[in-house]
Amino acid sequence: MAKTIFEKHSEGRKGYTLPTNDVEISLNRCIPEKFQRKEEVKLPEVSELDVMRHFLELSQMNHCIEKGFYPLGSCTMKYNPKINETLVRNDGFNNLHPLQDEDTVQGALEILYELQKDLAEISGFSNVTLQPVAGAHGEFTGLKIMKAYHDHKGNSHKKKIILPDSAHGTNPASVTLVGYEMVEIKSNEKGLVGIEDLKAHVNDETAGFMLTNPNTLGLFESQVEEIAEIIHSVDGLMYMDGANFNAIMGLVKPGENGFDIMHFNLHKTFATPHGGGGPGAGPIGVREDLIKFLPAPLIGKKDDKYFLDYTHEKTSFGKVHSFFGNFAVNIKAYIYLKMLGPKGLRRVAENAVINANYIQKKLENYYDIPFKDSFCMHEFVASGSWQKEKHGIKTLDIAKRILDKGYHAPTIYFPLIVHEAMMIEPTETESKETLDEFIDAMIEIAKECEEHPELLKNAPLNTPVKRVDDTLAVRQLNVKFEW
Amino acid sequence: MPFISNTDKERKEMLAAIGVKKFEDLLINIPQKFLLEEDCCLDEPHSELEITRKISELAAKNISTTKANSFLGGGIYDHFIPAAVDHIILRPEFHSAYTPYQAEVSQGTLQYIYEYQTMICELTGMEISNAGMYDGASAAAEAILMATRKNKNFKAVIAGTLNPNYLEVIKSYTVGVGIELVLIPAKNGLVDLNALQEAIDDNTSCVLLQTPNFFGNIEDAFAIEEITHSSKKALFINCVDPISLAVMNSPAEYKADIVVGEGQSLGNSQNYGGPLFGFLASSIKLGRSMPGRIVGATLDADGKRAYCLTLQAREQHIRRAKATSNICSNEALCNLAATVYMTLMGKEGLKEVAMQSTTKAHYLAEEINKLAGFSLAFDAAFFKEFAVKTPVSAEEIISRLKAKTIFPGIDLKPFGYDNMLLVAVTEKKRKCDLDELVNSLKEFSR
Repeated sequence: MAKTIFEKHSEGRKGYTLPTNDVEISLNRCIPEKFQRKEEVKLPEVSELDVMRHFLELSQMNHCIEKGFYPLGSCTMKYNPKINETLVRNDGFNNLHPLQDEDTVQGALEILYELQKDLAEISGFSNVTLQPVAGAHGEFTGLKIMKAYHDHKGNSHKKKIILPDSAHGTNPASVTLVGYEMVEIKSNEKGLVGIEDLKAHVNDETAGFMLTNPNTLGLFESQVEEIAEIIHSVDGLMYMDGANFNAIMGLVKPGENGFDIMHFNLHKTFATPHGGGGPGAGPIGVREDLIKFLPAPLIGKKDDKYFLDYTHEKTSFGKVHSFFGNFAVNIKAYIYLKMLGPKGLRRVAENAVINANYIQKKLENYYDIPFKDSFCMHEFVASGSWQKEKHGIKTLDIAKRILDKGYHAPTIYFPLIVHEAMMIEPTETESKETLDEFIDAMIEIAKECEEHPELLKNAPLNTPVKRVDDTLAVRQLNVKFEW
Repeated sequence: MPFISNTDKERKEMLAAIGVKKFEDLLINIPQKFLLEEDCCLDEPHSELEITRKISELAAKNISTTKANSFLGGGIYDHFIPAAVDHIILRPEFHSAYTPYQAEVSQGTLQYIYEYQTMICELTGMEISNAGMYDGASAAAEAILMATRKNKNFKAVIAGTLNPNYLEVIKSYTVGVGIELVLIPAKNGLVDLNALQEAIDDNTSCVLLQTPNFFGNIEDAFAIEEITHSSKKALFINCVDPISLAVMNSPAEYKADIVVGEGQSLGNSQNYGGPLFGFLASSIKLGRSMPGRIVGATLDADGKRAYCLTLQAREQHIRRAKATSNICSNEALCNLAATVYMTLMGKEGLKEVAMQSTTKAHYLAEEINKLAGFSLAFDAAFFKEFAVKTPVSAEEIISRLKAKTIFPGIDLKPFGYDNMLLVAVTEKKRKCDLDELVNSLKEFSR
């Protein structure tokens, strides 16, 4: 295991240079003694080479896309072009302050304006706010818009948001965060929203419905229009979780099929690398009459000039970010859309869907695939239930063994409605050979379950560390290094 | 087709293996009328060369703070970033890695977050830090939610000297979940202590104080702590500038319970306001009420040191509607940049940055104060940012200095202060840059 950077500290070593201060004023003249720090800040003192070696050493213990395949369901771990990173590092973007005069940021505003327009076009919505910086942040924003809509109409009796039991964990958490109550309904035997259960739970208190489409089983919710009709009949709004938008880009526009509000995950679908957990972006698209509730400003254009448009600020529900969201992430989405063009966009979705169906087909004899009778969209859910029943091997063990084969594990134990779930999403960027190799590895693991179950129970064996004890981490909480 | 590996031939082979003739056969679950007949209306595809040209042209329409002499702050600051920072965050192993749920192949990410948490605890004097929030504003908002969750009081008292953008975000997070916000007015650029004392009662959940505050002024956190804790349950939340902590009191010195702030200054570019990242740290007894990810040290099956996400029972993917927050993705790479930055700078470097920022700010303030018609707006001590009363509107000064590519500061008129400019200084300014601003302000002097 790597030493911590604190164990590499050597008093007096320096990893920086700064110019000599050409202003002579003592600290005491600036900051009253009472407000001066009593004990020095204890940060490591190391050289630049020490720093580079340290973080390079850490980096080698990570999986990443350039190293290998990530079949992570609902995470869309596609390869993201490097040109994005080069172009976004332009001084004319990096070193812009958000409070500069509009005349000095026309290029930045043009990018944001165009991105608003392009995202609205491909989703079928009227306008888009780029302020939310993550998927869950988008959900929060979307639900606040819903609330503003109901407040505006005097719908004070609207208190409940309905969502299916296949929903991402962020959905119910977002519902709570805005002060709504969650009502969970059951999926039917086909893995889709149970219409009867939905009808039984819809009433005058229903503020809206949240749905991921395709859903987390990788299935397109074919009854979405009927669902929308039911929800709209009580003046509820339809929210689409766009986590799986990669499956339908260029094929379907959610804004034209019953949805009123939708978030995009730019870090999944639109070529921003995941970054080990961000930064991403979660823009929100809405239908025409909801634009007035969006966070201000939007980006406007008058004649040839772009501007921060605050005209709807009075009706807006408020702000969700200090400034205008994750500008650098938005630039990457802009570049990606400009490079794909209309045909490329559609091709992304098509190949994502083909890749997923290909793996599903090839694994159907080796793993229980509960919804294999239907074609999937960009992902599918397999189950480790055969392996559990016959050999006592848990899905967690299978996932850890997959790490040994040089892949990241699929999303496991989610969605909650499938026992021993393994959610597999290959994305369009992976080649047939990669998929074939992965399929072979999965088949080999299925055989190992029969022949060498100990390999799975002890897995992983080839990773930088062996199986990590997360219960010990809770029992003996250690969240900072003592030095 | 860009970024797609498979050729048409391979695609056909795969469709055949699936058992369909053409792609459209896979879409049987999508109602026919949903399927688009026409392509989306987007620009035709740009090659790498074409998009490079286009982006360069767009970037050239902007005037960066590298080209201008900028004194803009208000939460985002132009501090120096060593080159090594970007080299590390661009490593694919960090850049394209997933959230570290699979600990065995994510030790690199997990360890740097653990080191990040350690450094944030060191800066703030707190005992536990999470892995980061979206920005300073959302960190402040979630700190208030955390306090109400802990003490079941629902009155949040906020010093009116808080960054107004933060206040807007806080409103979004607290309106509708039964939290009452009480805003304490500012008096001479500092929160009014008498009004604060009057607002505190047994129902108070927390007091949120920013220091240095929005005007750059240093609040008397010691006095405000006493007022806060005069109510038995109330928690003291501090919003701080991490750079200031190299020379100013650690919030532990004035007994803060929760500390939040904007982390952009630590190794991250301004990027027109995003991505940013928020830090959030607290006393250990509040740890289980925290939002967001936390990394803990543990052992692997061989008994060797290893790291994993911990206290996950607080989080949305486990607790769903009962989670402490909905946050999932945060701004991890920005936290990595901050970790590398703090490591490179070390204790001496960070102190030097803070020293140069504050001394240069004071030099500039004193020089501007000498100009007829200009004066410092407040008597209070400040760190690296200060408010100036101007003889003409701040808008006019900003507009006229634009031609000289000087960004003299933020117009405080939208926040209710006529003829006032908020000026920020970092270590990147040279004496000649400061003098250039002073000289350019002379034309407004009267």
